[in-house]
Amino acid sequence: MKTKDITQKIGFAALFTCMLVTLFFLGAIIYFIAARGIKVISWEFLTQIPRGGMTQGGVAPAIAGTLYITLGAIAVSLPLGLACAIYLCEYSPKGIFVNIIRMSINNLAGVPSVVFGLFGLAVFVKLFGFGVSILSGSLTLGILALPVVISATQEALTAVPHSLREASLALGATKWETIKKIVLPTALPGILTGIILSVGRVAGETAPILFTAATFYTRRYPDSVFSEVMALPYHIYALMTEGTHPEEQTAIAYGCALILLVLVLAVSGAAIFIRQRQRTQNA
Amino acid sequence: MHNNIKMKAEGVDFFYGPRQALKNINLDICEKHVTAIIGPSGCGKSTFIRLLNRMNELIPNASLKGRILLDGEDIFEESVDAVEIRRRVGMVFQKPNPFPKSIFENVSYGLHVNGVKDNKLIERRVIASLEKAALWSDIKDRLHESALKLSGGQQQRLCIARCLAVEPEVILFDEPCASLDPISTGKIEELIMELKKYYTIVIVTHNMQQAARISDHTAFFLLGELIEMGETQGIFTAPRDKRTEDYITGRFG
Repeated sequence: MKTKDITQKIGFAALFTCMLVTLFFLGAIIYFIAARGIKVISWEFLTQIPRGGMTQGGVAPAIAGTLYITLGAIAVSLPLGLACAIYLCEYSPKGIFVNIIRMSINNLAGVPSVVFGLFGLAVFVKLFGFGVSILSGSLTLGILALPVVISATQEALTAVPHSLREASLALGATKWETIKKIVLPTALPGILTGIILSVGRVAGETAPILFTAATFYTRRYPDSVFSEVMALPYHIYALMTEGTHPEEQTAIAYGCALILLVLVLAVSGAAIFIRQRQRTQNA
Repeated sequence: MHNNIKMKAEGVDFFYGPRQALKNINLDICEKHVTAIIGPSGCGKSTFIRLLNRMNELIPNASLKGRILLDGEDIFEESVDAVEIRRRVGMVFQKPNPFPKSIFENVSYGLHVNGVKDNKLIERRVIASLEKAALWSDIKDRLHESALKLSGGQQQRLCIARCLAVEPEVILFDEPCASLDPISTGKIEELIMELKKYYTIVIVTHNMQQAARISDHTAFFLLGELIEMGETQGIFTAPRDKRTEDYITGRFG
């Protein structure tokens, strides 16, 4: 009895410690980025263009660039991924063929992002002639986000009870009406989770936009999808590796990191809010 | 049987892949009567009832021989639309399966998918259906609350209301009380007896007392075969087949 109790206590203690360590790193990341980044954050920093060889002014074009590219990537991956997942889940005949497709999609998720970058350079920038632009970057990041969107959507669709589909069909609804009016709304919270995850991944990616969308410095805001843009992740990278005023540049890099962090958290927060509201409405 | 025959199975064989689930079923379902289908688990009674509104089509590798007639017309004929059959032949399932929507939306759903656009008409039909399903007085103040907040028995009555809203001619009940307590079961049974004035009803049940209480005709299935069918009273008091007698007296099942 006693040794059993002790084993149990040690078990709990070990699990609790691991949880604490994880929490510590999470807290440390937020603390260090916030503490260093907050020093340079000001209204000017958020709204001005960079000046003085990256040591003064703000990073507004990089914020705008990141927003454009991220929105573009979602616009690419959402309809494609949703349609693909619906087809795979609801329409495709089950069998080896579909399993191979599913496996390929999962493998796509494991491909290093710099490979996507090279692919984007070869196909969108050169072959299609979109140049280094928002369009090329959005397409590249969109494809990068596809597997996340597809597998999350598939999971959410599979989780919708079969009995609901039957109920709908038994009332004289067609398969498409059933998917549109019953299955998709029920799966929505799960699908949103997938989108949150992909937004987080897409907004912070550096490698895929390195060759396809980002530029180190521009004084202009983008005026079309064919403009090249500054972007926060790449801007951080550039500040830390190039230029001649490392001290000022490092401070600005932390500022950018903080903005990126807040942006991703804000998107996640909004999506979680929507998801939660949906859930309480349904429950 | 001298009544009008609403549905008819003629020489029905049904296969799940190589496995035969139904063997040469011949059975008449009378208009505005309750037909109960009884039998032990795996005897093919659920398989059979799901043929009557073509729900088994959703299963891959299933195949059917023979004919199932609705008002004399073969519902598996190529020119016949399964969606239209399912509107005419409604179904209430074993476990209550309301949509994760409001009570009102649950009932109006079938009207929307069947192209009813007039909101006044939809509202009238929703209320009438809820009244017919004996649910209206329970929920009239919370029509727009989630259907998932209702109790199991209320959910099942909501599913019945949802089915009534599209004005089917036949209603199939696939063990509708399997997951309900005795009081809710009693309410559903009363409701079925009331509904048979307007609808043709087929009910699959594990519960022989239930079949005896509410049905006019009873069919006994065993291992995919229809062993015996007739007036409920006759089946329960003087079964012709030894196997029927063994089953209803509880010797197996």
